[in-house]
Amino acid sequence: MQYNWNWKIFWEASPDGSGTYLSTLFVGLQWTLATALSAWIIALVVGSLLGVIRTSPIKWAVRLGDAYVELFRNIPLLVQMFLWYFVLPELMPKALGTAIKQMPPPWGSFVPAVLCLGFFTAARVAEQVKAGIQTLPRGQTMAGTAMGLTLPQVYRFILLPVAYRIILPPMTSEFMNIIKNSSVALTIGLVELTARARAMQEYSFQVFEAFTAATLIYIMVNIIVVFGMRWVERKVAVPGFIGPQVAGGGH
Amino acid sequence: MGDFDFNVIQRSWVYLFKEGMTFTLTLTAMAMVGGIFFGTLLAMMRLSKFKALSMFAAGYVNLVRSIPLLLVIFWFYFLVPYIGAWVIGSPTPIKVGAFWSSVITFTMFEAAYYSEIMRAGIQAIPRGQVWAGYALGLNYWQTMGTIVLPQAFRNMLPILLTQTIILFQDTSLVYVLSITDFLGAAAKVAQRDGRLVEMYTFAALVYFVICFGLSLLVKRLQARIAIVR
Repeated sequence: MQYNWNWKIFWEASPDGSGTYLSTLFVGLQWTLATALSAWIIALVVGSLLGVIRTSPIKWAVRLGDAYVELFRNIPLLVQMFLWYFVLPELMPKALGTAIKQMPPPWGSFVPAVLCLGFFTAARVAEQVKAGIQTLPRGQTMAGTAMGLTLPQVYRFILLPVAYRIILPPMTSEFMNIIKNSSVALTIGLVELTARARAMQEYSFQVFEAFTAATLIYIMVNIIVVFGMRWVERKVAVPGFIGPQVAGGGH
Repeated sequence: MGDFDFNVIQRSWVYLFKEGMTFTLTLTAMAMVGGIFFGTLLAMMRLSKFKALSMFAAGYVNLVRSIPLLLVIFWFYFLVPYIGAWVIGSPTPIKVGAFWSSVITFTMFEAAYYSEIMRAGIQAIPRGQVWAGYALGLNYWQTMGTIVLPQAFRNMLPILLTQTIILFQDTSLVYVLSITDFLGAAAKVAQRDGRLVEMYTFAALVYFVICFGLSLLVKRLQARIAIVR
């Protein structure tokens, strides 16, 4: 068995001319984070809206929310990525579709990747938000409306402030999922961290060094997220509440 | 939507299912069986009183869970030939086909996720049952095999199956190794005939019907198990 280790490879110039291999990996990390953070904004906004309407007394809104979650949970992320990238521009009016297809790189793959990850993760955030609201005693809604608050006010001032705090731990893992899932965007040409590691392997043939570096970078990001969220949890903790356990794993 | 060509689906669905779906289902089934087997072992190691075993299991599970599946797929795709060479003492990396490479990848990846489920399942069994087993003179493997694990499996069955639905969806990622799974077959036809819209929409529809159907079955099963207990 022979494999020529060469850890100095990271300080050699990469053939794309942008610097050393190490710096190309960190540029990849920036794209990973940019994609994940932009998608996370969509996921939070859309997911919260969906989570709220799924706990509302409005029948059709509940059904709409449920349908959304089932639709986005039961199609593989990679297939959704292809739908946003290849299929959606074709279904648009001709001029708009062409405009989308002619977006210069990396935006041509960044924008669909962000939309795809955002709306995919929104379904998962919706589940958490719903679970968080449902762990609160029903008396709180009743007390709120009895005091003369409107339903939106009950959500805004009573339910959501506590629900968000309760679901912080599962939301932390959803946030880490979105970072990991952003690697799927390499299939539509986004050159994020995993894609950079793969490119480094193809140029330099130093497979294991490249993947070790990428792995270490992902672990580093994970640790930072975990510690950051723990700090947030401590800051906003409400005494007497612990996070709900939503069954089911996922990546 | 006017020029949606149903013809291309009619022409290719036999190929999609015979070549692609067969691969996808075989890979899912093998990775499920292997993943639950190794996942249970990892869970037992993690709960073991031997520090070295539990630290190894915890380290493996946390490592695999913190990196993207795609990176794991690339890792194993290149690593397995070297491990194989090391095992049989060959001087050069051995050739492992794309199929076995992906079976090993998904088994080892999913084992980390299944192990967390099994750990929760094992920990939910009251301690007294384990002591009762030992008091009756059973050893560790007998207690685990006849008392703890059967109950843990039963209680965790819905969650194990939900994880398997996720595994079924995740197998589509073998696309990056240019393997002809269901999505790979659809992508090939799509590119050959220039019918991306039809093929990817059809693939999404098939995945949705299968996964949604299975998740309904799991919900039913969950309700039934709940009544029996």
